[in-house]
Amino acid sequence: MKLLTHNMLTSNIIKGVTKGFPLGIQPSRVEVQEVDFNPDFITRILPKLDWPALRQAATEVGHGDGLPEALPESVDGDEGLQKMLHNILLQVEVLEGELVCPETGRKFPIQNGIPNMLLNETEVS
Amino acid sequence: MASGGRPEHQAPPEIFYNETEARKYTSNSRMIEIQQKLSERALELLALPEDTPCFILDIGCGSGLSGECLTDNGHMWVGVDISPHMLDVAREREVEGDVLLGDMGDGMPFKPGTFDGAISISALQWLCNADKKHHKPAKRLHKFFSTLYSSLARGARAVFQFYPENSSQVELITQQSMRAGFTGGLVVDYPNSAKAKKMYLCLFAGGATQQLPRGLGTGEEAGARTDAACSARQRWKEKKPLKNSHDWILQKKERRRKQGKEVPMDTKYTGRKRKTSSFWR
Repeated sequence: MKLLTHNMLTSNIIKGVTKGFPLGIQPSRVEVQEVDFNPDFITRILPKLDWPALRQAATEVGHGDGLPEALPESVDGDEGLQKMLHNILLQVEVLEGELVCPETGRKFPIQNGIPNMLLNETEVS
Repeated sequence: MASGGRPEHQAPPEIFYNETEARKYTSNSRMIEIQQKLSERALELLALPEDTPCFILDIGCGSGLSGECLTDNGHMWVGVDISPHMLDVAREREVEGDVLLGDMGDGMPFKPGTFDGAISISALQWLCNADKKHHKPAKRLHKFFSTLYSSLARGARAVFQFYPENSSQVELITQQSMRAGFTGGLVVDYPNSAKAKKMYLCLFAGGATQQLPRGLGTGEEAGARTDAACSARQRWKEKKPLKNSHDWILQKKERRRKQGKEVPMDTKYTGRKRKTSSFWR
């Protein structure tokens, strides 16, 4: 699971959960895997990001160093910043671990990089 | 789809797409080719802005064949599937998108306004089945469509290629999607061919009114031909006298005479109704 996906993921499909964001991460194996750099995509996805959630997630997986306090207004022309965002959003991968619903504490296991978001009969709203 | 009937009737998707079935999606070149063609058409119907890398949701992503089509077109994607085996194959193939294990009927677990579009290849019909005791297809469809609606950006499209079993499934699906707030409808490619016919549910999530794209093989020329055929049949029908009428009997007798058959002569009594006789009363 990439942190970009984590930044979009909620647990609000569980019965009774209203926001379910951001999910906590309890990683047991994290890797950095190389992905083609696409500055246009980074620029486009920026307004959709929840910056505090991204910073928190990056810290939880041990890659939070050097991330600015606030989301920069624009990253046009700043290749250093773009590359850093590219790395944290797309290259850092949580391979094993757990996601935790912030409201119910329900845990979603991550195996082989795949978060298991399946619900039980009683959790479906 | 595997040969031998509809897979939805054999087992729930998480069971049907086992290791052997999942393997087919990497080794069977015919299946791969079909999946790619469907994905490309779905992407075309999605009508994304040109030369812009978008963030796409792939529902029922399987082993990531449709996702690869998205990657080839420069888009980033997240895939959801209910079969862990299919997702393992996707990971093995090192697809560029991220994949999640999830059930469409539980809802789409994403923040509002996340995706620039959504595609789904041959997955939607699975939702019409009740594979577990607590499954209610209409409710699951509604949950799916309403959560999908909110996870899409305003004006974004969702395109589903699917294999409905009958017209009531189509009705159920479109009804639930409209109830969730979507506009749009069905696009049918090659509607007159049993083999090439493909159905796409093309949905719009709010925004400005959009024109539903036309299906392939339904162009002007094809339409004109059916019109011509129609009116020819109409003309022929008009020329033919009404069955059992006086003219019809005369025509039939004439035809049989030409065939050299023995036919009674035409008189003023030919084709006349008999008076109801009082003799037998």
